Amino acid sequence: MYILGISAFYHDSAACLLKDGVIIAAAQEERFTRKKHDPGFPHKAVQYCIAEAGISAADVDKVVFYEKPFVKFERLLETYLAFAPKGFKSFRTSMPLWIKEKLFQKSMLTKELEATLGKDVKWRDRILFSEHHLSHAASAFYPSPFDSAAVLTLDGVGEWTTTSLAIGKGKDLKVLKELHFPHSLGLLYSAFTYYTGFKVNSGEYKVMGLAPYGEPVYADKIREHLIHVAEDGSFQLDMSYFDYATGLTMTNKKFDDLFGGPARTSETELTQREMDLAASVQKVTEDIVLEIARGIAEETGEKNLCLAGGVALNCVANGILLRENIFENIWIQPAAGDAGGALGAALAVWYQDYAKERTLSNDRDAMQGAYLGPVYEDAEIENELLACGAKFHKMDDDGLIDSVASALADEKAIGWMQGRMEFGPRALGGRSIIADPRSPVMQKQLNLKVKYRESFRPFAPSVLREHVNEWFEHDSDSPYMLLVADVQESKRRKMTEEEDALFGIEKLNVPRSSVPAITHVDYSARIQTVHEDTNPRYHAVISKFYDKTGCPLVVNTSFNVRGEPIICTPTDAFKCFMGTELDVLAVGNYFLVKDEQDPALKENYEERYELD
Amino acid sequence: MEFIGELYSFLGAKKKLWLLPIITVMFILGGLLILAQGSVVAPFIYTLF
Repeated sequence: MYILGISAFYHDSAACLLKDGVIIAAAQEERFTRKKHDPGFPHKAVQYCIAEAGISAADVDKVVFYEKPFVKFERLLETYLAFAPKGFKSFRTSMPLWIKEKLFQKSMLTKELEATLGKDVKWRDRILFSEHHLSHAASAFYPSPFDSAAVLTLDGVGEWTTTSLAIGKGKDLKVLKELHFPHSLGLLYSAFTYYTGFKVNSGEYKVMGLAPYGEPVYADKIREHLIHVAEDGSFQLDMSYFDYATGLTMTNKKFDDLFGGPARTSETELTQREMDLAASVQKVTEDIVLEIARGIAEETGEKNLCLAGGVALNCVANGILLRENIFENIWIQPAAGDAGGALGAALAVWYQDYAKERTLSNDRDAMQGAYLGPVYEDAEIENELLACGAKFHKMDDDGLIDSVASALADEKAIGWMQGRMEFGPRALGGRSIIADPRSPVMQKQLNLKVKYRESFRPFAPSVLREHVNEWFEHDSDSPYMLLVADVQESKRRKMTEEEDALFGIEKLNVPRSSVPAITHVDYSARIQTVHEDTNPRYHAVISKFYDKTGCPLVVNTSFNVRGEPIICTPTDAFKCFMGTELDVLAVGNYFLVKDEQDPALKENYEERYELD
Repeated sequence: MEFIGELYSFLGAKKKLWLLPIITVMFILGGLLILAQGSVVAPFIYTLF
């Protein structure tokens, strides 16, 4: 039986195909359309999933949408009623959209499916709807390696729910508790994202990355005025400080007055104030996540915790949660945002509607390393590279691994496109830029000359699983780069008094360990453990780099520039390679060197994509 | 027509039939807004709406 999961129409549209409960393919639409966070119907992702399975459209038994539009509409109406006459501006903007399109989502989905997969199938009869937070909870529990677990979902908002607690046992997943809109930890974080001058729904990572440069001086103010947290971790926001329930911005004048000024304008200089605000909201978020987790552990007695929803992508909070040992094991869905809803919705249908038994694989989760997207064979790669006018060397496996490891050791920045594309926001060694973490200039160089993004943003390491505890205060699997841990004391560089006294962004220029490119200013690192069984080629190249240098880790950042979706095809890879200051590109068994390429193929890539 | 039936049974199941007159008014108001605006633009915080 084939079940197609779809998330669409808000942000990060995606499609996922299950065959008898096993994930065959999953991908975000933005990777195909090259439009970041593409909210449209995932035509290309759907077509890819069907092609990957080698089936015809008629073989798809059910199509499930990741949320329920009627319930969302109900929330909208009741919110407008509760705040009326305030909120007319928002009503005026949103209502036409609902009346024209969103309310008729079943018809819209039917039309889109007909346009994508043909009219031979009566799609209307095969469409189902899952609840937003059930989709998240299902994406967190069913692929996890646990037979029994507490499941926590935290995000901005779905239909009504912003936070939910469920219990998963075998094939059963039961929601126990929910917190409803407008009281949302995700929206509190987004409010500060907006207030510090970043884009809501994409700038939250930047706030998290900025936090270590600041001090949480506003944390008490946030707790005192903005959010009331009960003993069990449930919380309530004081809505008089926020505008999002009825307006078109996140915060209001009262919020500005509380924090001493208006929101920062996008792309203006970052000051210590923004860093302190970021540190404060991060601290409050971490505290609340811990309080919720303690409450859940006490209430359920479960030893395992599964997490999903946008807030579960806050890997700093996840790392603290792991270290606090509230639960014995934690598993986080790598596509924790709305894209993962497509997967969860499909899994919920398989296990709940069809009541199929769930069997666990031995010691791995069911995500297959999150490598669920398209793969390109050598012949396809060669054709695309030739069409681009590229000059390349075709190598055997050992030759390619050795050449890439040598280039890494020579401090080259390398575009690495191998195997299937990752599902979710992280590049995990399928579509990555990799570099030598020992280089003291690498972070700045990669940020400014390759990624064209803000210099404060940190990079993450990919480390061989068998060496992780030698370099980091961490000794468990973290294959999806969703946990943050500190660099081992022995690898750190002691600060001089002068260096210690530095403030804010000045801290960035001081190397803090023997792997400065991946050591954040607070000595932390967002770890990806690399496993031989899930990504043998990536494991092999890091192992070779280790043989050459004694360093079992590399810098790993997504293969894109700021504002661009992560690359998908060999053509995307070559264009990004030529548009940035990457030195080397390794696509499949093809090795490309920048100096050998025709300079006429270089293009201005920096201004090609809208800034995120 | 199928849509009206689905919406009616949804409101019935949720015990929220009292929303029906409000929805009707909102439809009329929303319809007028569409006519006045001519185009439909997603609001700023699009995840919420």
